[in-house]
Amino acid sequence: MSILSEIIGTVKDVIDVARSTATGMSITLSQIPKAKKTVSYPEEPVTIFQRFRGEHMLTRNADGKENCVSCFLCAAACPADAIYIEGADDPRPYAERETQDHRYAKIYRIDYGRCILCGFCTEACPTDAIKHGHNFEWAVYTPGEMVKDKEYLLKNFERDKDLNIKLV
Amino acid sequence: MISTKEIVVPTASVTALGKRDPLGDQRMTVSLGPQHPSTHGVLRVEVELDGEVVVAARPDIGYLHTGMEKTMENQKWQQVVTITCRMDYLNSMGNDLGYVLAVEKLLGVEATPRTQVLRVLLTELNRICSHLVWWGTHVMDIGAMSPFFYAFDQREKILDLFECVSGARFHQSYFRIGGLQADLPDTFMPLLKEFVAQFPDFLKMANKLVSGNKIFQTRTKGIGIIGAEDAINWGLSGPSLRASGVNWDIRKSEPYTGYETYDFDVPLAQDGDIWARYVVRMREMEESLKIVQQAIDRLPAGPIQSDHPKLKLPDRDLMKQHIDVMIHHFLLASEGFTVPIGEVYFPIESARGELGYYLISDGKEKPWRVRVKTPSFMNLQVLPKMAEGQLLADLIGIIGSIDIVLGDIDR
Repeated sequence: MSILSEIIGTVKDVIDVARSTATGMSITLSQIPKAKKTVSYPEEPVTIFQRFRGEHMLTRNADGKENCVSCFLCAAACPADAIYIEGADDPRPYAERETQDHRYAKIYRIDYGRCILCGFCTEACPTDAIKHGHNFEWAVYTPGEMVKDKEYLLKNFERDKDLNIKLV
Repeated sequence: MISTKEIVVPTASVTALGKRDPLGDQRMTVSLGPQHPSTHGVLRVEVELDGEVVVAARPDIGYLHTGMEKTMENQKWQQVVTITCRMDYLNSMGNDLGYVLAVEKLLGVEATPRTQVLRVLLTELNRICSHLVWWGTHVMDIGAMSPFFYAFDQREKILDLFECVSGARFHQSYFRIGGLQADLPDTFMPLLKEFVAQFPDFLKMANKLVSGNKIFQTRTKGIGIIGAEDAINWGLSGPSLRASGVNWDIRKSEPYTGYETYDFDVPLAQDGDIWARYVVRMREMEESLKIVQQAIDRLPAGPIQSDHPKLKLPDRDLMKQHIDVMIHHFLLASEGFTVPIGEVYFPIESARGELGYYLISDGKEKPWRVRVKTPSFMNLQVLPKMAEGQLLADLIGIIGSIDIVLGDIDR
């Protein structure tokens, strides 16, 4: 009697397992006609949201002058000590100099080995000089290349327009 | 020379069948991890084996220790939000919420109604997101590959929502003391409604694919059992505790951010095995979706920042026009604000269990002491008890079922 019930139990188990496997397979096969969810990124644009916190950019005003006035507020707000600034004075009149104020940043570096992209610098900046761009392609070969200088960050404003992304 | 008679061939499967082991106590110690993918990060478990059976399992932690609590003590109150989300990286919104609420309690500030609803909404979305990762990886540990892809497809939609609202997918730092980083963008609500509409279909599919699967049930039922009394004594919390039949959820017992006004159930199971923990988490996703739906329906209009003059950065246009507002902005952004002298412990229900922040303020602009009671640390210590007498292959299932995050354990 007990052998019989054991056999019945085993047969029931086999049927149950076969049914579960068939259910699983049917769900897997039903995925085939569905649209593909991956994006072949460099060929196709990838969707990025407007607020995305990517690589920073230093902005210029309507006259093409640098907005940064070297107030050090971004460096003070930074939780990771990633920003290094050296300020200087440019006594020339507005039309001749490259910055909107006499005071400007002679050196402006962001160390992307330290930066955590929290966005506190952009909130702190009183002149909207530093903003987050949408660039996320920053693979480098040496750690030293992670430190980006002022010239690079100023060009990011133009670079942001050429990115292969779809802004939503 | 050794004669062939002296070479003993171990017969491991004999003990697994419950028969007597002819080798006596010839045991083997195996090191599982820290690079093993099924240990969910960098957990090392020193397993003492008698054949296939686990005699003792000793978790070895600390590989991810970065001294986050000490780092927090060297940051200003507001800046700490960037670190809290990096502890339990799967439940980052919840971690931010716990810290922010603790500081607000010290300050005696209450967030505006809109902020409270948004906080609940995003935290519950994050709970679903965290449970999805658990579901995908736990089921994959046990041997099913494709659920992982379906889970991460859904998770991608939630991460898109986070990116839309805060600008970052994992480390959002969206909750700020006294408010939020910014109000919702226009693109957020349509995306959220789209997600909420299709998620029940996913849950139905997930239950059909895995929960109803006979092989999965056989692998999980009756394995890694922990009783209610043991669970309480070992300090378990969260879904792992509720799977042992203990009805304890901080959202119900000590409600915060208005959880008492939402209508949701706390899923319970009685058996305390892997299957019970699985069922509780699957049902928790349904309940979280219910809360998200209620939050969408009741989301009030209004300001997101509380009126506390010290916490709020001044209006940007005003700041650019008036020098006094500019000075206020400079002081807040560079020095931060001070918090009255005192200490506070604030627990919240994170996706993994009780997450508590213990803060001491000495009246300065930085916390004097931050101590975090993390749920994964408490839940992991029960692993030796659960694993004792189980097969090695089931140990993997047990580790997956308590849903640990090593960043949360080591900090």
